[in-house]
Amino acid sequence: MTNNRMLRYDATVCRDLFEKVRAKAEVMGHLTNERSIAQYHRMPSGSQPPSLYEPYQSTVPRAPTKALIVLPHTLSEITGPLYGHEKIGETDNDLTRQHAGEPLGERIIVAGRVLDDNGRPVPNALIEIWQANATGRYRHKDDQHPAPLDPNFTGSGRVLTDETGSYRFVTIKPGAYPWFNHYNAWRPAHIHFSIFGRAFITRLVTQMYFPGDPLFPFDPVLQSIPEEKARQRLISKFNLETTQPQWALGFRFDIVLRGRDATPFEG
Amino acid sequence: MDLVPTPSQTAGPYFHLGMTETRSVPCIAGPQTKGERVRLTCRVIDGNGVLVNDAMIEIWQANAEGKYNHPDDVPEKTGDFSWFGFGRMATAEDGSCEFETIKPGRVLGSGNELQAPHLNVAIFARGMLKQLYTRIYFAGDPANSEDPVISLVPPPRREILMAQPDTARPGHWRFDVHLQGEQETVFFDV
Repeated sequence: MTNNRMLRYDATVCRDLFEKVRAKAEVMGHLTNERSIAQYHRMPSGSQPPSLYEPYQSTVPRAPTKALIVLPHTLSEITGPLYGHEKIGETDNDLTRQHAGEPLGERIIVAGRVLDDNGRPVPNALIEIWQANATGRYRHKDDQHPAPLDPNFTGSGRVLTDETGSYRFVTIKPGAYPWFNHYNAWRPAHIHFSIFGRAFITRLVTQMYFPGDPLFPFDPVLQSIPEEKARQRLISKFNLETTQPQWALGFRFDIVLRGRDATPFEG
Repeated sequence: MDLVPTPSQTAGPYFHLGMTETRSVPCIAGPQTKGERVRLTCRVIDGNGVLVNDAMIEIWQANAEGKYNHPDDVPEKTGDFSWFGFGRMATAEDGSCEFETIKPGRVLGSGNELQAPHLNVAIFARGMLKQLYTRIYFAGDPANSEDPVISLVPPPRREILMAQPDTARPGHWRFDVHLQGEQETVFFDV
């Protein structure tokens, strides 16, 4: 894959970010000699997929076979890239306005909040999304599904959460598409989400689904999550308040990142 | 803890579209940043010995003074924060990607001991339902022998955590991620 537009954080941008971070830390009383590190909560069992789930065949050669080593959290784990200084383009969170014309398909709004597991909003979280077009085809060289590309749809967007942890995208509903995992395998319609929270270990990459999809029981990616109530957390909910009259249906998708116990470090 | 975290799902084969096609970060630290220059080549290899050409590697690290650019660290006014500390790259057809950075300083551990210089690494790919975490240490660093995290790893596997210097090219280091097998990378439950 070519990396045709690389990011470089130049010295000015980074120094500016550092000064902001420092000012905030002073306000929040973080600049003390307190060295105790509040540990992030561990994931409740059953709420996350295992690395190895044989019905999803690609996990077989890619899942670790040795037990993971449990790491107490140090500064290396509880820090991570903080966004907020990034310039988000005007159409970055509107995937229907990135080309000269409008993409084909059902226009939708996807909105929600990013919270930590203590229920607190996560502001300035960078959310990146990518998805297939309405026909179920990705604009990607490796996608060979014989369905048409849409010249007016790239299928990639990003946004920062606001002070209340809220975000909003406008896009079109992606189509289901076939894959080669097993005979007659189809992925339910989904949008990929990538979220940067406050720490390197709160990083989350996941997929959002649409309510009532008949493909759910046959999809090993979704079914890899052990608990039914955990799987339900990935299914967005139709929401009339998010829906805009005469324009687009609205779906809510809230995201919960790991949180930690309160300590002097907490703001 | 009132809520349960959202489940992870695989990044799939098309993540480039949303993450690295326009937003790769190959340069974690450029020439303006103080520290020992490092050119790091990472490769990802699966359990069949196949080079993984559709993985993404993310790296997070401290500066040469051992400070992270984050409010939970204790930034010093004199610190060198002319940089962000984060990089990410998709692997190419040969399963590899390269980062430009500096060797980080020593960071405090969970007590008052210092950790050896290390990079924090997360790996994402098709066939990975959740990211894998590891660390990259630097072979030959005298601090490795007293690092509290290395000491959690059984002695025969410790060498696997070390990037190796490329003797033919000064400043170049290599680190292979083996997802399985005898040389299976030491992955951490964080």
